[in-house]
Amino acid sequence: MTPARPAAPPPEGLTTAGLVELYYWMRLTRSLEERLVSLHRQGRVVGGVFRSLGQEADAVGSAFALDRTRGDILAPLIRNLGSMLVQGATPLEVLRQYTARATSPTRGRELNIHFNDLSRGFLGQVSPLGVMVPVMAGVALYFKLTRQPRVGLVYVGDGATSTGAFHEGLNFAAVQRLPLVVICENNGYAYSTPTRLQTAVRELVDKAAGYGVPGVRADGNDVVATYQATRAAVERARAGGGTTLIELVTYRRKGHAEHDDQRYVPPGEIEAWEKDDPIERHRRALLTEGWAGEAELEAVDRRVETELDDAVRRCLEEPEPEARSALEGVYADPPTAPVEWYRTLPPSLPGKAGH
Amino acid sequence: MAPVTYLEAIRQGIWEELERDERVFLIGEDIGALGGPFRVTEGMSERFGPERIIDAPVSEQAIVGAAAGAAHMGLRPVCEMQFIDFIACAYDMLTNYVANARYRAGLATPLVVRGPSGGYVRGGPFHSQNPEAAFLHTPGLKIVAPATPRDAKGLIKSAIRDDDPVLYFEHKYLYRRVKEELPDPELLVPIGPARVAREGADLTVITWSALVWKALEAAERLEREDGLSVEVLDLRTLAPMDDAAIAASVRKTNRVLVAHEDTRTGGVAGEIIARINQTSFEWLDAPARRVAAHDVPLPFAPALEDYVLPQTDDLVAACRALAAY
Repeated sequence: MTPARPAAPPPEGLTTAGLVELYYWMRLTRSLEERLVSLHRQGRVVGGVFRSLGQEADAVGSAFALDRTRGDILAPLIRNLGSMLVQGATPLEVLRQYTARATSPTRGRELNIHFNDLSRGFLGQVSPLGVMVPVMAGVALYFKLTRQPRVGLVYVGDGATSTGAFHEGLNFAAVQRLPLVVICENNGYAYSTPTRLQTAVRELVDKAAGYGVPGVRADGNDVVATYQATRAAVERARAGGGTTLIELVTYRRKGHAEHDDQRYVPPGEIEAWEKDDPIERHRRALLTEGWAGEAELEAVDRRVETELDDAVRRCLEEPEPEARSALEGVYADPPTAPVEWYRTLPPSLPGKAGH
Repeated sequence: MAPVTYLEAIRQGIWEELERDERVFLIGEDIGALGGPFRVTEGMSERFGPERIIDAPVSEQAIVGAAAGAAHMGLRPVCEMQFIDFIACAYDMLTNYVANARYRAGLATPLVVRGPSGGYVRGGPFHSQNPEAAFLHTPGLKIVAPATPRDAKGLIKSAIRDDDPVLYFEHKYLYRRVKEELPDPELLVPIGPARVAREGADLTVITWSALVWKALEAAERLEREDGLSVEVLDLRTLAPMDDAAIAASVRKTNRVLVAHEDTRTGGVAGEIIARINQTSFEWLDAPARRVAAHDVPLPFAPALEDYVLPQTDDLVAACRALAAY
């Protein structure tokens, strides 16, 4: 399809190719999660599936603002599959994690997107919320102490802003002027608890004042706005300007995980947010601004499905971990692993028949 | 050469590692200009600068969490808990993040968390605790608790060089009460092996940290008054535990007392005695016994604290009961 009028200039900081890439990452995120739901229904996924439906733009746009050539590092949350993919995690790795394969990045020790590769710039999350804020402050402290122009990015949800770890970590980063961007994805709910029961501040970004850092609020369903807000904070951090708190306003259209029936959500709320789907919105913008044609986007859609077909097929052929491998790797020095001692005792002691 | 106090030994060990390895840095509350309330880090900020001797906000979780992040990237942080009681504020970070990072995620986290532990100093409920039992239960951490200046220095240096997270529990009662000469310019005590603090033939007292000194006092008295030959085994490291040294001593003396300053229920003595039952039950001539603090929060008044904590008399009485069994 030919654009109706000459293409508009791309938004500041982005190229036309970059705009199409953003579409690819969001599309890949959503389709990968749809595959996971399907595998979950077939009993192939071990544990739950955590969807980011409706939040793909905030994950992808913010991660896209990091500089992968300079070694920036992010720590995702459970709804930041898109951020991980942008940093270089592969769908095959994610599938291996969800299906608990021996070949998974954590060799079956950890679930879903709880995995990391510092060389690709992502540090895996843990389940206690807020904990990654102090840890990523430490990563940023390393950047500062070693005089490297690198930046850390850490995600928290609306719920995690209530934790002590969030407070301690953000305060420490602020007082040390660390190159850290803290993104609060306000998706309306922490499991079933609405944001109004989480905090008395009017907007979560108001908390920035309490730490003496700049606070920025952006539309998390607008991938370009998300990118631009994060990019400005990343560049400020890289230039020595310290920490920024960004609130990205979005909405969690699925439950906490697949098992959650969302009985606590008022009628009509999900449907209202469906009308502001971030992928459809970006697709419309690409077409109406003339940044991409219909055929190009359809080719992206096909590419995503082909990549996922391959990854799913390959993953399902791979083995489960050896049970005994569960005892390996507690310490750097294997003989000190405490479980081994107990299990490897001889069944009887010499000279003591009957024991 | 002048003898060195336990406190000065720790300070020397940290200082030498800061000089030796630029990846080492310190983070804690009031460790810079003040040098810490006990002066363990005295002079370090002047020598190494505020970037390597970081005065942190009152945020134990941020101190340990930031250390973990920096350690993943290759630095060697040493965290100070102003009093070890406050390590509880970082319990989540240590048990849910630091301890399992290598296992679940392949992440190296070479950090040290150290701080003044223990009672006998009228510190009250929040400046006297011994938190080892809570952390011994968590796979992935190493735990050391030195009793002598030599071990204090050698173990802090080994802890800083270790590739895994190490909890270093130093005893504040010993800070200025024990001294020895430390001529070795490169003193390293390996994490793991126990130390026979006194050889004996009739029974073994297994202990660590400040109670080593009370056990030695008890052994002297028992030799003098009862003619008993008591072996004192100073574990030095609680995780990993030196099962071989424990079994060797128990199999030699056939009677064993485990003594610790922490409270009894759920204390480390229970674990040690379970291991002895598994490795050396047939060698025992009496049921293994333990001496520990009573199961109460540690009170402040001298009469109360002395009653709750194990004293030399308690060890002597327990040893006599073991010998008479």
